Amino acid sequence: MSTSTPAPQTPEGRPTSMPPVGRVATKDRPHGGVGDRFRLWWDAQARPTQWLIGVPFLIFIALVPILNIPVLTTVGTNFGGVMAQFGMIALIAIGLNVVVGQAGLLDLGYVGFYAIGAYTVAILTSPDSPWNQTDEWLSKDWAWLAALPIAVAITSLSGLILGSPTLRLRGDYLAIVTLGFGEIVRLLADNLDELTGGGQGLRGVAYPRVGVTEELPNGVFSAGNAAGTLNSGVWWYWLSLVFIVISLLLVGNLERSRVGRAWVAIREDEDAAEIMGVPTFRFKLWAFVIGASIGGVAGALYAGQVQFVIPTNFNVINSVLFLCAVVLGGQGNKLGVILGAFIIVYLPNFFLGRTELFGIPINGNEIASYRYLFFGIALVVLMIFRPQGLIPVRQKLLAYGRELYVAARRAAQAATRSGSDDGARPGAPAVATASGTTGAARPTAGGTRTGESTTDGEETR
Amino acid sequence: MSTHDPGGIGAGGEHGDEHLASSGRADSSRADLYMPGAVLEEPAIVDVADVRPELANPELVDAMVAPDRTVHAKVGEPLLQMQNVTVQFGGLVALDDVSFDIRRGEILGLIGPNGAGKTTAFNAMTGVYRPTKGQVVFDGSTVGKLKRYRITQRGIARTFQNIRLFNEMTALENVVVGSDARHRTSVPGALFRTPRHRREERDAIDRALALLEFVGVGGRATEKARNLSYGDQRRLEIARALATEPKLLCLDEPAAGFNPAEKESLMDLIRHIRDDGYTVLLIEHDMRLVRGVTDRIVVLEFGRVIADGTPDEVTSDPKVIAAYLGVPDSELTADEGGTGADRAAGPTTEGGSGDASA
Repeated sequence: MSTSTPAPQTPEGRPTSMPPVGRVATKDRPHGGVGDRFRLWWDAQARPTQWLIGVPFLIFIALVPILNIPVLTTVGTNFGGVMAQFGMIALIAIGLNVVVGQAGLLDLGYVGFYAIGAYTVAILTSPDSPWNQTDEWLSKDWAWLAALPIAVAITSLSGLILGSPTLRLRGDYLAIVTLGFGEIVRLLADNLDELTGGGQGLRGVAYPRVGVTEELPNGVFSAGNAAGTLNSGVWWYWLSLVFIVISLLLVGNLERSRVGRAWVAIREDEDAAEIMGVPTFRFKLWAFVIGASIGGVAGALYAGQVQFVIPTNFNVINSVLFLCAVVLGGQGNKLGVILGAFIIVYLPNFFLGRTELFGIPINGNEIASYRYLFFGIALVVLMIFRPQGLIPVRQKLLAYGRELYVAARRAAQAATRSGSDDGARPGAPAVATASGTTGAARPTAGGTRTGESTTDGEETR
Repeated sequence: MSTHDPGGIGAGGEHGDEHLASSGRADSSRADLYMPGAVLEEPAIVDVADVRPELANPELVDAMVAPDRTVHAKVGEPLLQMQNVTVQFGGLVALDDVSFDIRRGEILGLIGPNGAGKTTAFNAMTGVYRPTKGQVVFDGSTVGKLKRYRITQRGIARTFQNIRLFNEMTALENVVVGSDARHRTSVPGALFRTPRHRREERDAIDRALALLEFVGVGGRATEKARNLSYGDQRRLEIARALATEPKLLCLDEPAAGFNPAEKESLMDLIRHIRDDGYTVLLIEHDMRLVRGVTDRIVVLEFGRVIADGTPDEVTSDPKVIAAYLGVPDSELTADEGGTGADRAAGPTTEGGSGDASA
């Protein structure tokens, strides 16, 4: 049988110009652009350093609406209000990202959860609603806060109800069913006149009553607080930021656990995932429920801020807009989708009321009214040139073993720095061998690279 | 059968090169073998043994990889029994009253010509298809109507004939997905990072690293699965299947597209897996590999078992020779070769053929 061993496998038969295994196209290179260099640098920082940079940055983000930065501030609308809207859409994008970006379930009816969240708060606290609780045992002062967990619970439940029959479907079929769900919720809101006020909507929805002063008899969150920089929009923005941070932390915890891995595995190959022991249906349902509950929080924020809910605010076009934020920012990337949400909300408002830009006279209102056209064009362009979104996903699915990744990235960086010698690397195959089970000798050309990498890795630990 | 040196097990990357070299077309078409028109670049290689020094010790790696769950069947007793299993697709009978055992601690080869029902048998065991008649008994209870992930949790793991890794995940993450089958905590634990959840995550990653070292792709732990070489992807699939802590590991044509040298090192790996305490079912076309590595062989043809015995018994069985290996020209009668001869992959002619399916 040894006769079958072919001659070419002897070492001299191997062309020395062979690069080691693992061929990566340039655009897939994991260590190329500015973003990746930043990511590498960020990952290499110790936890305290990350906090030291992250917290001031977050404070800066929070202060943006009151800093009154000339280029950023909107002309036609209240900047605080724009930021409040951004906060809500960002929260929605985070929730939708769990469903679409992480688990790969195309949900075109996400606005339904948003609507359910908003309507739950409105039905419980609006004086127009037959189920209004604020006259009886709920004080108007904290009715919104009390309704919030109920809204979250009900949206989660609706996620469960929608998900359990439909998540057996895949791909386009699921998209169609969810599209229908979004419409059903809106039509119910429109037609259940006794409960939801129908087309009239529900007015006087409760909001948190804090910071009551003589000038602001209804507190800082009331719509009456419209003047100045510290208006109600800013307060709502700050409140949404709190929820954004909480949901980012919780979703991040999920992402770096078996749950996040199950989601990505389902997105990649559902059958293979199930055969590898992933209870796929259960985790798809979890994705739906978690996404729905975050949408419910956003809906409750919306109802409280606007104090008025009507069915037309929950059109299908909103679902598409939310999806647009996710796709634009980068599916699967939590920070990316927040950026996407910012673009979606901010850009139209930026043009609103502007008559000139960099000295060029423009009709800002006209531009703003064509926003769907521009978003459409932007999406088409994006799909051609950067289908992964503005900030592409670099998922981290492991909570531990960071040092391994840092070491690998260092190695890759060292390699790109040291070598444009892509052609001739006779020692290269030895590197692959070195990691073998023998674990004895790790010599030669690659030795310098791996050696360097691991010392760097240890420093950062 | 010459025994490879133990280092060969770990040399996944090296064999990737040998594969190219030995196929004799390395210079002309090496770039388009895996990714047409791709720019060749330096991959990120991480030395696992430097990050986790304990993994430099192969014995410790073996110990970490070894199965530690209770198996009811004793070594040598049937672990999985196919009992009169029939699988029908409409009018097509893919498996016809098939019965055989897989005994704990052995490497069982399941062979047969194309379309003989090997993969169907495999799918019936792993719950992808439900038997029309008969039953599959695994470690004392029937597999029956269990969900597929439950079957994996019960202890049957498999690899795929056409590789089905999670391409956008790193090699390490792929393997950890396998270990997740043994996790006890779910969403609440992960949401609030309970101590138990954290312990499970840590253990899963440690074991996954050990598994990657075990199959010889440790250096590529942080590389995305799709960027691994073909050979490494096959090994990664085995690591991912082993991560589910199976009692029975089913390998569906793991050597498809391999050159003889790679097959050799794969055989070493399979033996190593068996010696580490696993039971292995191997579906394979390549007779040389099957004869070299298996303890027992079951031969299927047209959905029926035609032979069951040691490699020597089976390969000298005239029925098997006729059905699978082909009838010698001298004995050829009027039927002009028939189906068997088309697919003849005789032990002596096999080596050079090198699988066109690559």
